[in-house]
Amino acid sequence: MKELSAQSITKAVADLCVEACCQLPEDMLQAFASARKNEPSVVGQDILGQLLENADIARTETVPICQDTGLAVIFADIGQDLHITGGDFTEAVNAGVHKGYVEGYLRKSSVAEPLFERKNTGDNTPCVLHVRIVPGENLRLRLAPKGAGSENKSVLKMLVPADGLEGVRKTVLEAVLAAGPNACPPMVVGVGLGGNMELCCLLAKRAAARDLFSKNSDPRYAALEDELLTMINSTGIGPQGLGGVHTALAVHVEWAATHIAQLPCAVNINCHAARHAEVVL
Amino acid sequence: MSEIKYIQAPFDETTARSLRAGDSVRISGVILAARDAAHKRLCECLDRGEPLPCDLTGHVVYYVGPSPAKPGQAIGSAGPTTSGRMDAYTPRLLAQGLRGMIGKGYRKPEVVEAMKKYGVPYMAAVGGAGALISRCIKKYSVLAWPELGPEALALMEVEQFPAIVVIDCLGNNQYEAGQAPYKKI
Repeated sequence: MKELSAQSITKAVADLCVEACCQLPEDMLQAFASARKNEPSVVGQDILGQLLENADIARTETVPICQDTGLAVIFADIGQDLHITGGDFTEAVNAGVHKGYVEGYLRKSSVAEPLFERKNTGDNTPCVLHVRIVPGENLRLRLAPKGAGSENKSVLKMLVPADGLEGVRKTVLEAVLAAGPNACPPMVVGVGLGGNMELCCLLAKRAAARDLFSKNSDPRYAALEDELLTMINSTGIGPQGLGGVHTALAVHVEWAATHIAQLPCAVNINCHAARHAEVVL
Repeated sequence: MSEIKYIQAPFDETTARSLRAGDSVRISGVILAARDAAHKRLCECLDRGEPLPCDLTGHVVYYVGPSPAKPGQAIGSAGPTTSGRMDAYTPRLLAQGLRGMIGKGYRKPEVVEAMKKYGVPYMAAVGGAGALISRCIKKYSVLAWPELGPEALALMEVEQFPAIVVIDCLGNNQYEAGQAPYKKI
């Protein structure tokens, strides 16, 4: 059985925190450049140019793309044949978040308790950790820091089967219109369909964190992604909400089996700083 | 895009009322930095009848919670945060003489009414461009409540800080005007 030390997990997570917050993925840069070329709004073109310049400064100087370096959302796929040694897995991951955010000069945005004291934990822990047990002997860690501007515009609607495709379109459109400039467009829109309440939200989150140019493997849902993108880009919201045809750069849909009486629909919007970094150990 | 207007902060009501929605501005001088927690504390000071940590008259407030400065830097990444979260506190601070606001996103109608009444424009910086914007910030010094970390009330020295006037003192709204030509549904 393959062994992996808790210390090596901590180091990998710390590196991912800095990489994700300071280096915008290449696919996002390509999308900015293409949007700038095709955006009819002069203000929109200027904003997209600034986003490219911003990403370049962040990468070169290893400073955060956006000051809101988010809560650290971590997707961990643990191979069932992997043996983690020398410590507790969750503690090792949080130790990595501590190290990455403190030593990497990233902003600490986590408060220990939501309602009364709201005291900052000082190191951005705890992270939000989603674990799956998968075949194999590897550990795949994907870190997607998520800021509040876009996260606060998330929506869950417990649609019913009769609402159908029209209900899904309406839910996504309303979420995007309500988000507007607050969610820092051009955005990446994650849509979860099916499952139950909590699974649907997680599907939307996984969708928002997918690689930008990825498509759903089911052609019906891939077509839905294209249709929703066209719809969203007809709102006129545009870059930073100042008008244009690039309100979103991509729509990603993830789905799951659901109840005979349900059609849950969740929308999780990612801002243009759609950050993620991944490593396989 | 319209011609760029260069303005010095703090500024007076005449300057504030001369700005129009859609104007590109470059702000130099000293501005305040405050977000959720500092706004709450400012209003708690007013509730208790205590003096504020600084006179707000003529000041522009920038809604920002910067990331920590690396050695040798004045400030870390420092883009705007969502302004709407400050709406609950804003009309009271405008009554105290606050003269401008920089953030991103929509404002509530009661905030726009207070802006018209007191003569205060609302400007947007590019959200998520924190690394680029930080180059215009030459100095960052905490004025009050350092225990709030990135949420402390602070003063910033800025040079040609770029922003767009999105809601002016007449209530004209550049989000609406800018989006209208591209709205197809």
